[in-house]
Amino acid sequence: MAEIVIRNLRKEFGSFTAVKGSSFTIGNGEFFMLLGPSGCGKTTTLRMIAGLELPTSGEILIDGEDVSQRPASQRDIAFVFQMFALYPHLNVRKNIAYPLVSQGLPRAQVQAKVAEVARILGIEHILDKGVSGLSGGDRQRVSLGRAIVRNPKAFMMDEPLGALDAEFREHMAEELRALHDRMGATTVYVTHDQLEAMQMGDKIVVMNHGVVEQFGTPQEIYDHPATLFVADFIGSPPMNTLHFEGNVTPGDRAVTLGGVQIATPQLREEALGRKLVLGVRPEHVMLEDNGAYRGRIEAAEYLGTTQIVTLSTPHGALKARVPSDRVVRTGDAVGLTFRAERLSLFDAGTGRAFRTASNEGVFHG
Amino acid sequence: MAEVAVSGLSKSFGATQALSDVTMTIPDGSFVVLLGPTGAGKTTTLRLIAGLDRPDAGDIRIDGASVLNDTPAQRDVAMVFQQYSLYPHLSVRDNLAFPLRSPVINLPEPQIAERIAKVAEVLRIAHKLDNKATQLSGGEMQRVSIGRALVRSPRIYLMDEPLSSLDAKLRADLRIELKRIHTDLAATFLYVTHDQIEAMTMASHVGVLDQGRLVQFGTPRQIYEDPVSTYVATRLGQPRINVLPASLFPGAPAKATHIGLRPEHIEEGEGQEAEVLRLEHLGDQTRLHLRLKGQPLVTLAAAHTRLSAGDRLSIRPRAPLWFDAEGQRIR
Repeated sequence: MAEIVIRNLRKEFGSFTAVKGSSFTIGNGEFFMLLGPSGCGKTTTLRMIAGLELPTSGEILIDGEDVSQRPASQRDIAFVFQMFALYPHLNVRKNIAYPLVSQGLPRAQVQAKVAEVARILGIEHILDKGVSGLSGGDRQRVSLGRAIVRNPKAFMMDEPLGALDAEFREHMAEELRALHDRMGATTVYVTHDQLEAMQMGDKIVVMNHGVVEQFGTPQEIYDHPATLFVADFIGSPPMNTLHFEGNVTPGDRAVTLGGVQIATPQLREEALGRKLVLGVRPEHVMLEDNGAYRGRIEAAEYLGTTQIVTLSTPHGALKARVPSDRVVRTGDAVGLTFRAERLSLFDAGTGRAFRTASNEGVFHG
Repeated sequence: MAEVAVSGLSKSFGATQALSDVTMTIPDGSFVVLLGPTGAGKTTTLRLIAGLDRPDAGDIRIDGASVLNDTPAQRDVAMVFQQYSLYPHLSVRDNLAFPLRSPVINLPEPQIAERIAKVAEVLRIAHKLDNKATQLSGGEMQRVSIGRALVRSPRIYLMDEPLSSLDAKLRADLRIELKRIHTDLAATFLYVTHDQIEAMTMASHVGVLDQGRLVQFGTPRQIYEDPVSTYVATRLGQPRINVLPASLFPGAPAKATHIGLRPEHIEEGEGQEAEVLRLEHLGDQTRLHLRLKGQPLVTLAAAHTRLSAGDRLSIRPRAPLWFDAEGQRIR
């Protein structure tokens, strides 16, 4: 159990800066996701929290104590890697017991602990098997067991499900989350998969090029992306971005695209003669014949209850998620309307979201 | 452009029965997707049609004529593989020209140039024709390898998971692209995948394979809405269909042992009381993990639902599917 506070954390490797001044707080007992594309600095951040890398500058506080320059062995953190590193010549029981045996714990206590962990993970029936013949899922459970058995303050997980196939990954993700709910231990989890982050996380940090783009709950990040990068990285399909030029002033409740007024949340900032981007999620686009803003249907993709309709507009391509019983024909021109209170507006130059009545208080913290 | 009909097709490799008595017709101009997990027999079917393997039993007819004794070249089919295999030292143009310069086809150069220009336009790679293959991105390389199949204008295109090595964004783009190419060419496509999104979004017909047997063949909508078994029902749909004991809800027909409920077919308000275990906020929707009389099930709620873990709600099925002890549908 631990609260982990990250302050202005920075890591340089020679002339390359992997992490550029991150700050965020991981609450006690949270399942916390570090999300971003490869090379964004998420694994470096995780390794610094674990003590496998020492930061160039900044602080890491575990339960109020600065541990940033201490070695991993003094931090009481367990690390679970993507490739399950098990001892091939030992059986499951001995693999799980290993960290305790090496700490010199009495044998009776080791046995009791291993039995408890095996029960939590549901692997009591394979304790005496060798690890080489195990399925991928069981191997992953054993390596989790080895992390849990030490009863550390926090768990660090680096893409632990990355090597599994899609169907099994979904199953293990649920199992991991259920395990976390039973144990309540602070967990920091690295992934590049936005769906995995949304599904499993209590909080998400989105990173790109060593910078924290946004920090919040999955729903906040989805509803109110702080930057164009987040808007594009989160959601499948991602947020649509319509590029236009215009002026907005505080108090405005609409923007004008190609002569058509589109209602938005009330704006709190000014932008004059700048390149702007209107952000709209696919499920907030409605196809309505009388809509003043027009698009042309390019493709429709059936997905069961819903379908994704790809349209071309004067301001770029747009995807709409609509019920699959709505008949759409490629080549047809249709009117489009948007759910006003769900729209975002970005500065195309900086990529930053403007403050509006709907996203106030969500970011810029 | 051609119709392909396979009948009674079987193939074993040693003790493994890879394909058992598969019969289906791939209509002229259709986009048929074979869907199934690893080992279901998808790639075996492709290889038999291409002529890369010989069936143990059964027939393969292209436009009515059996091709069993034809070589792959005589069958005039083109295959696109998961791993694009381009000649790295050749330009995109020469990679595309390669099959046309082969001794079998040996087309005159002016005609080759004409075909390449047309295919490059369809694939939107005209500006890359003089680049070396190694200077292309992953998506461009896969488009060139599809292009190498297109230039030949074969009777049928066979595609073996051509998008699976690409990242999610590129896959989404190329799905639309492939469908457009299929429409533009009015060609016959047989496409193999284990990705249900590809099957649902691109196919005119889906063939579902299970351990070498073709268990259902129909439009994506038929497969999704009217599956013949629990196996087929669990192939399509995310989150996956709930398959629960039939006794949980009233109204089960005789012999029904299981009820299949798509997450969107669970109505809230009245019915059986369930407990909310956990919520997953996916942004556009929220998944509710419920427990009903000890059984876990998943349903959907509005993105900003007020429910939270521990709450109780009443649910009832809408449009349930019933299955017997063997997993076969009861209608």
